[in-house]
Amino acid sequence: MAEIEINNLYKSYGDVKALDNVCLSVEKNGFCGLIGPDGAGKTTLMRVITSLLVPDSGEISIGGLDPIKEYKKLRLKLGYMPGKFSLYQDLSVEENLRFFAGVFGTSIKENYHLIKNIYSHIEPFKNRRAGKLSGGMKQKLALSCALIHKPEILILDEPTTGVDAVSRREFWEMLGEIRNYGITILVSTPYMEEAVLCDQVSLLFDGKVVESGTPKQIVERFSSTIFAVKTVNIPASLKVLRNMEDAKSVNSFGQNIHVVFNDGNHSVEQITNYLIKNNITDAKVSIINAGIEDCFIDYIIRQNKN
Amino acid sequence: MRTVLIILRKEFKQIFRDRMMIPIIFFMPFVQTLILVYAATLELKNTNITIVDIDHSDFSRHLIAKFNASPFFKVNYQEYNYSLIEDDILKDETKSVLIIPANFEKDIRSGAPVNLQMNINAIDGQSAGLINIYVNQILSGFIKEELVEKTAINPGLLPASINVKSRYWYNEELNFKHFMLPGILVILISMISIFLTSLNLVKEKERGTIEQINVTPIHKWQFLIGKMLPFMIIGIFELTLGLSIGMLLFNLPFAGSVLTLFVFTLIYLFAGIGMGLLISDFAATQQQAMFTIFFFFLIIILMSGIFTSVESMPDWAQSVNKVNPVYYFMRILRSVILKGSTISDLLNEFIALIIFGITVMSFAVWRYRKTV
Repeated sequence: MAEIEINNLYKSYGDVKALDNVCLSVEKNGFCGLIGPDGAGKTTLMRVITSLLVPDSGEISIGGLDPIKEYKKLRLKLGYMPGKFSLYQDLSVEENLRFFAGVFGTSIKENYHLIKNIYSHIEPFKNRRAGKLSGGMKQKLALSCALIHKPEILILDEPTTGVDAVSRREFWEMLGEIRNYGITILVSTPYMEEAVLCDQVSLLFDGKVVESGTPKQIVERFSSTIFAVKTVNIPASLKVLRNMEDAKSVNSFGQNIHVVFNDGNHSVEQITNYLIKNNITDAKVSIINAGIEDCFIDYIIRQNKN
Repeated sequence: MRTVLIILRKEFKQIFRDRMMIPIIFFMPFVQTLILVYAATLELKNTNITIVDIDHSDFSRHLIAKFNASPFFKVNYQEYNYSLIEDDILKDETKSVLIIPANFEKDIRSGAPVNLQMNINAIDGQSAGLINIYVNQILSGFIKEELVEKTAINPGLLPASINVKSRYWYNEELNFKHFMLPGILVILISMISIFLTSLNLVKEKERGTIEQINVTPIHKWQFLIGKMLPFMIIGIFELTLGLSIGMLLFNLPFAGSVLTLFVFTLIYLFAGIGMGLLISDFAATQQQAMFTIFFFFLIIILMSGIFTSVESMPDWAQSVNKVNPVYYFMRILRSVILKGSTISDLLNEFIALIIFGITVMSFAVWRYRKTV
């Protein structure tokens, strides 16, 4: 059985279906990204997995254990880093780490090798109160505390939200290193570009898993051609392109506009000419490969049409 | 056990790192005892009394001299003018007005009934009652000494009076401070146990730290013991500190045994911490907890008999007090400190507090969910 195995999981808060028939399977030592916008149900799913929340129905097995009945055993195997910084702000870096090592019946020394690469960044500040750390350092401390008891499964809820770009990249590198210890990782993020760093991705939307597979599989399933339009005048171009006949989705992605059509009878020249006709002369149009975000937007558009 | 010790160490670190905690623990006992014991006094001294002497006789002058000699009154004189008198009471320049009627002396000598008119500002009913008692004491003293002993009036003409000589047990000098001090200690210990416990627990919810605790193998009982024990210890420390202040600064007598007092205090702390836990079960933020506690706190403290006698409360209030732990602890602390009562003397209170403590604590622990 897979390390994380979830079938037909449901959880509602009153009328709101937070989890709607969720299925998820992560192999041992797998690295799964849970991608979805705010309110998609990522945190709810993680809290069910970590035994903090009881689901309404569904099968769930984490490390071969049932989080509802065997939560005591499960907690020893699990490392969890909540989305909100949940360490003691009035305790120092070292005191936090020692506390969490202590309650798991271990010590910093015993598992230091596991966190060495992460903790060494913040060790110079080990006497500083956790509340006085910067966002990136808080993240590293939280990760150290979640790892100090040598968990087999690591659950991270939006670990990089609100962290600067450099720290984010560092953080993902650290997650890669953690995998080398045979730890299974489930990480959620609202950033699509982080998804490609995982070896398995599930797109969560409105409590449903709408796509899953390797990042490659997901983009390969995307059949339409994507035209990227590079222009300085993004607002005007968006307006013009959205008026184009047959345009399925027109969205800005940073410096570019991605355009997808309902049928395949479009070419780079045709779009360039159309833009010139509408007084946008600097546009460079090219065909690109789909990213995860394109797939996601495509799904949402299909959903809205139904 | 090791886990409990780890939690305890963390709690004590956090408590003493809290910038407000040290002042609360060390200065609160001083401030409360020094200010409240002096300010919340029911003793009556030097109240203003206006005497209107219409008679201008020997007797009336003797009577006024008696008032002047009393430590309770400061006498003002006033000619008879009703509107002026009313004015004085209205402006709070005087608390009471005694009017000695014309023919006061003549009527006494002839044995005719004499009526003195006494007007008392009764907004504060308690001190009005006291003023009345003191005035009557002076009057009966006047009748006895001035009329019977110094003049040759036939005692048969005077109202027969029975002298009651009282001895005040357990507080010989009727020292109000000795009555108030144990009461203040009760407030102090209640605040430590109810407020601090519940705010501490709610803080974990509010800050979200409970989320991280919940994924550890810490058991509910380990966590709760780790949370409660520090406030037990601080509570006992506060009692010792407050009691020492009372004994050193107010010469508070300590008639009972320290051990008895500590046993009772531990039971009360257990009940108080249970109440704190119960409130934290329902409050999501420290602010909610604060308002909820304040609401209950005022009621249970004021009903406990800290200022007023519980026996003179209406029946329903006395029934409510049956489930008021502060009421029991107030009696216990006063009895142990002033009377030297033992546990067997206070068996009812002892049992009541234990039942209350176990009930509240069981319910609070049962209701406690580590979830947010």
